Amino acid sequence: MSFGCIYVPNFMVQAVVRSEPALRERAVALVDGTAPVWSVVGVNEEGARAGIARGMTKSQAQQFCEIEIRHRSRAQEKAAHAALLDLGWSVSPRVEDTAADTIVVDLAGLNSLFGQDGKIAAHLAERAWGLGLIAQIAVASKIDVAILAARGYAGVTVIAEGEEAKILGSLPVGVLSPSAEVLETLERWAVRTCEALAALPVLPLSERLGQEGVRLQALTQGQSEHAFVVAEPEIHFEEEMELDDAVEELEPLSFLLGRLLDQLCARLEARSLAACTIRMKFELDSGFEAEVEGVNRSAVSPRLRERSSTATSTVSSPAIKIGETPFGSPQDESTPQKATIAAPRLPKIYERLLSLPVAMRDSKMLLKLVRLHLQTEPPRAPISKIFLAADAARPRVSQGGLFLSGSPDPEKLELTLARLANLVSDLYVGSPELMDTYRPREFRMRRFAALQDQKARPPENRASTEHSSKTKQETQKPKTGFRVFRPALRAKVDLRNGCPARIGFQGKVGRVVAASGPWRSSGDWWREDGWNSDEWDLEVEFSSALYSRQHGFYRIYFDSIHRMWFVRGAYD
Amino acid sequence: MPRNLAALRLQMESALAGRVPAPFTYRDRKIVEAVSAGIPEIDSLTGGLPRGSLTEICGPSCSGRTSLLISALASRTADAEACAFIDGDDAFDPHSAAAAGVELGQLLWARCRNIEQALRATDLLLQGGGFGMVALDLGDIPAETVRCVPLNVWFRFRRAVEDTATIFVVVEQEPHAKTCASLVLRMEAEVGNWSKASGGRATEFFQWPHAVLFDGFVIRAEMARSRVKAAGMGLGGGFAFDAADEAAIFGTAVTDEFKLKLLRRG
Repeated sequence: MSFGCIYVPNFMVQAVVRSEPALRERAVALVDGTAPVWSVVGVNEEGARAGIARGMTKSQAQQFCEIEIRHRSRAQEKAAHAALLDLGWSVSPRVEDTAADTIVVDLAGLNSLFGQDGKIAAHLAERAWGLGLIAQIAVASKIDVAILAARGYAGVTVIAEGEEAKILGSLPVGVLSPSAEVLETLERWAVRTCEALAALPVLPLSERLGQEGVRLQALTQGQSEHAFVVAEPEIHFEEEMELDDAVEELEPLSFLLGRLLDQLCARLEARSLAACTIRMKFELDSGFEAEVEGVNRSAVSPRLRERSSTATSTVSSPAIKIGETPFGSPQDESTPQKATIAAPRLPKIYERLLSLPVAMRDSKMLLKLVRLHLQTEPPRAPISKIFLAADAARPRVSQGGLFLSGSPDPEKLELTLARLANLVSDLYVGSPELMDTYRPREFRMRRFAALQDQKARPPENRASTEHSSKTKQETQKPKTGFRVFRPALRAKVDLRNGCPARIGFQGKVGRVVAASGPWRSSGDWWREDGWNSDEWDLEVEFSSALYSRQHGFYRIYFDSIHRMWFVRGAYD
Repeated sequence: MPRNLAALRLQMESALAGRVPAPFTYRDRKIVEAVSAGIPEIDSLTGGLPRGSLTEICGPSCSGRTSLLISALASRTADAEACAFIDGDDAFDPHSAAAAGVELGQLLWARCRNIEQALRATDLLLQGGGFGMVALDLGDIPAETVRCVPLNVWFRFRRAVEDTATIFVVVEQEPHAKTCASLVLRMEAEVGNWSKASGGRATEFFQWPHAVLFDGFVIRAEMARSRVKAAGMGLGGGFAFDAADEAAIFGTAVTDEFKLKLLRRG
């Protein structure tokens, strides 16, 4: 039995760099604390080489050239830790959540899937890189040995059974995480490596350092026993990003969303899952509200006024009373005591839900969908924090068939539908569905899902399809098509013996050659949109020579409620 | 200076070597699969609707264009193909389409309000691909407006469907796609069919209008242009594009016509 330990050095820094891959090659210092007393709490290797040390103040760190200073983000650390756990679960269901920067994976039984321990470790390192983390990985037969080796050695380390003490010997005693008091004592004794600590006699060590000394020595000899605690796999995929400067435009926001979606999709891929829903939550900048409040008393820029006026549409309680002019009119300035205007109260959180009919994990495709989704109703104020979550589902598995008709690729179709909805409104794109009602020409739109319909059809080969279609063609005669005028056209109709004789609409007048009707229908009389109409089918001959087409076939109706004639549509 | 035609040809071939493989040979015949339009008379007239090509159905209002289109849609959806209908003026009637046999669940309907939206929606759907048939209905949009559509738009559409299995059909009042269209059909209505409720053909409409039923009308279809040559239809059949015939076909206007009787929906 062997265990693999995955350790992320400089975890706090890596959690931030994971969201900004451009920082990987640069010196980064993390600051934390209470304003204005910021101090450096984390620094990467390049930063340490430049001379930055933990405990420095922010102003001290700023003296160094080419140093990227970022604020510590606990949200990103949480997301990075979740990604680390996903990395473990990508190869084994038995994962121990040892620390925020460390996990241990039980590698038992994985050799047949991934090969030898070294290959497994290399595979994990590669996947960690895909998740935006640079990990140190060690494989050993004992958990503690794997943890110590992972924390002590860069890259991949594989420790054979029986060589634990030899491998761990060269590590400094600091990797054992002793207490400050014990570490100071060992320093005084000139015991700096694990090998030196392991060589000390047990009894005198126990007398001087107590049980902690014995425990540390057992660790260096690879004799410590650590109970493996299995973590419960989670299926929540969340990513957060706090922004130092609020983002107003959709274009820069999409870059940030792209990074978060990349991370989400990498985590989903590690778990062999896909997203069926993307939940977006944006924390809006509270400074915008104060800004709006401030401009009530002074001149207002047209842009801000526009933003403010649009922002009021989402106010939950009416902030501006009817009859009052909201922003900086001369009347406001002259009589400020009368214009008791409350500042527009914007919602602090802006949430959107993107439901995907097909589970997918292509981050580029998802980004396009998210962008289109946000374009329809963008946030009303600058965004200071982004939260993305994905509901996981099994990825779509489809088997193409030689005799199946082609259908649009579901991912591409979803994107096309989103673009169409953006173009003509989502209410105007979809599949029509006939309503079970007597109301003329009633239907509703539902989401287009050709794939499901095709799946629902019984499998049949092409030849039989051809045969059945031919049979249908033979039995089914062509039917007359109908074009609807939406809305129905107003018409002027002359009657003769109660039958239409002349009709005029759309600026043209025609003689009725043949008529059939009236066909009366009515319904929903208890509702405001009830109907009561007499329908006629007409063949009309237009008298004007301007029209190349002399005959037309129309369905008209007399609306008995409004006492008017309308043309419902034309047979075509 | 080359002495004869053969020498000139050789010189040109050597000059174009590496850029044009065979400048003086006809392109290989391109097999175009054609499928039923849903109306046997139209199939026998045109050989079916060609895949990977642009087909124009033209005619004035009430000329049977929509009837032909929904028959084609019914035929495609019956074969479990996904179809798209871009409605230029929101005139599509799902009830008559369902009565004609269109599987509405297989039909994506984009309801546009003007020609710009319709063209952009068409572009999106053609570029997206995967549809068995994409129909663009500009039937109610004035011909003067459609005439303003630049020719490169039609070229773009034709390029988008080339080498795909998509049938691209445009319904309009006059043909506008010019050489981009592989098949152009002109439709025209003739007389209406009116029958007595008790049976027989109706003649007196105004005395007993409630005893008369509208049974549809007779339409005339003309194949104004065809860049494909019929070689059979259905599985294993298809059409062969013949470059040699192209000029001859373009030189003539009306090649054939057919009458068919449309029945009013049940």
